[in-house]
Amino acid sequence: MTVRKGEVLGLLGDNGAGKSTLVKTLAGVHDPDEGEIIVKGKRRTPWTPLAARDAGIETVFQDRALAPQHSIVTNIFMGREITNAFGLTKVQTQIDEANRLMREIGFTSKVFNPESTVGHLSGGERQGVAIARALYNKADVIVLDEPTTALSLTETQKVFRFVEAVKASGRTVIFIGHNIYHVWEIADRFFVIDRGREAFEGLKAQFDGADHLIHMMHQLAETGRADTATLKSVA
Amino acid sequence: MSDATPAAARPPEADASAVDTRKEQSRWFRYYRTNGRAMNAFLTLVIVWAVFAVNNPPLFLNPVFYNAFLFSVPATIFLTTSLVFVIVSGELDLAFPSVVGAAGGVFMYMVMSGFPVMGAFFLTLGFGALLGAGIGLIVVYGKISSLVATLGLNFFILGLVNLLAQGRTISAPDAVGTLGNRILTGKFELLNTGLQVPMHFVWSLLWCLFCFVLFKYHKFGVRVQLVGDNTDSARQMGINVERIRVGVFIFSGIAAAIAGAILVQMANMVWFPTSGKAYLLIALAALFVGGTPTWGGVGTIWGALFGAMTVTLIPSGAVGAGFAGYWTDFLFGLVIILTMIAHRFSGARVR
Repeated sequence: MTVRKGEVLGLLGDNGAGKSTLVKTLAGVHDPDEGEIIVKGKRRTPWTPLAARDAGIETVFQDRALAPQHSIVTNIFMGREITNAFGLTKVQTQIDEANRLMREIGFTSKVFNPESTVGHLSGGERQGVAIARALYNKADVIVLDEPTTALSLTETQKVFRFVEAVKASGRTVIFIGHNIYHVWEIADRFFVIDRGREAFEGLKAQFDGADHLIHMMHQLAETGRADTATLKSVA
Repeated sequence: MSDATPAAARPPEADASAVDTRKEQSRWFRYYRTNGRAMNAFLTLVIVWAVFAVNNPPLFLNPVFYNAFLFSVPATIFLTTSLVFVIVSGELDLAFPSVVGAAGGVFMYMVMSGFPVMGAFFLTLGFGALLGAGIGLIVVYGKISSLVATLGLNFFILGLVNLLAQGRTISAPDAVGTLGNRILTGKFELLNTGLQVPMHFVWSLLWCLFCFVLFKYHKFGVRVQLVGDNTDSARQMGINVERIRVGVFIFSGIAAAIAGAILVQMANMVWFPTSGKAYLLIALAALFVGGTPTWGGVGTIWGALFGAMTVTLIPSGAVGAGFAGYWTDFLFGLVIILTMIAHRFSGARVR
């Protein structure tokens, strides 16, 4: 699987295809069973959550990995607080930085600020906290694991705006989704996996709309392979 | 993808700019949201005091009445504030009374072997940290519930100390009144009021300040809160959950060692093996009256201070207010239950 700089890659697959496993491996939560992880020409062992973040891969987990009883700012800096030499957090610096990150993705409102408790936010807004957190540290690749699952239409729209903002900033986004229409709306290229292996891939322009992609995924589910000949060729 | 995607799952067309009907929270509301539990704990202390005081105003307005209070409250303060870290991290420590006893014994042994009091005190803190680390390692890497593990360890350590001391009480009268002893637990009179302020009360207040900064602003304290709020999230974000958990037990061990060394000196350099035993329920009651909830993730140091003061005030205050001695437990229970209900109003758990 290759991911190009600055694109939104839609990662698709049926339940159990291995999407979440792939995400967890990228994020450093799972160590790979075999093979090795090479980032910018350097081998990375051990591959841990911190190593992944250090390598510029930020992951927004399905369950968002938030601490609901704490503020937005505490959640954004979870695990990498900005501290002075004594280990004391620089409160104002963190608030300013959180404000900047939230503005960058358009995650602002008059009803909450960086010091608001995450548990009082809506589902889409919590996703905003997780995405703002992923932007900190100049990440190159941002992995979004089913960010719109269990969200209402309005909330989903909010998350799309956040993702558009991330894309506009020139970062690479891997968008994992179950709802193909959601992925279709946001992605530039699609990569479909089946039982842990690549099934097919294609640029958005190679498909005749979302229904074409869905049709190919139906084929894959029923016959075990998709007819890639139907994909249009692009120059 | 064997079933067609339902229409409801089609791209959302709803107007995302729909008016947000939620109101902006006022500053005061947010302040209460954050500090309500500590404020409730303070209010509890004031109400308990006021109820006692109206029954016997001359006694409760006389500064001398508080001499015994200031003398005995610090041990509870040291223990309760450190327990905030343990409970907030999502663990429970029932072994601290045994650490109090063991550390007091180690302190005493060093003083009797000719160590200066100050030197012995700091070495005792090291001993407390080691014992706390041992407890933490057993709980965290043994993957045992901290409730069960520390309950067992409490009996085990208490029993071991009793065996080593063969049940005897030890005293070191020569060390009474030495410089170190006076610095740690001496007294001074406050502005000719007759109120004798013990040095260990002053230290306990400074300890609270230290705990507050550590809890609220230091990386360690912040991570303790995050680990207790959502352990899986903390782990996914790269926090070393195990290290933080062992850390809270080390911290609890240090505080228990301070309490142990102070208790020995409060008794004029007399140590008995079970000296910490009485504090188990007192410190836990103080912690919960102080507003730290049982579910972890959040807690308050200042609340713990007020809680420690409340539970210390009840026994002597009740007698001073004219209640017979057998009322104490009843009042104790009543205050705990009413405070718990008040805390429920100020801060239900957010998920």
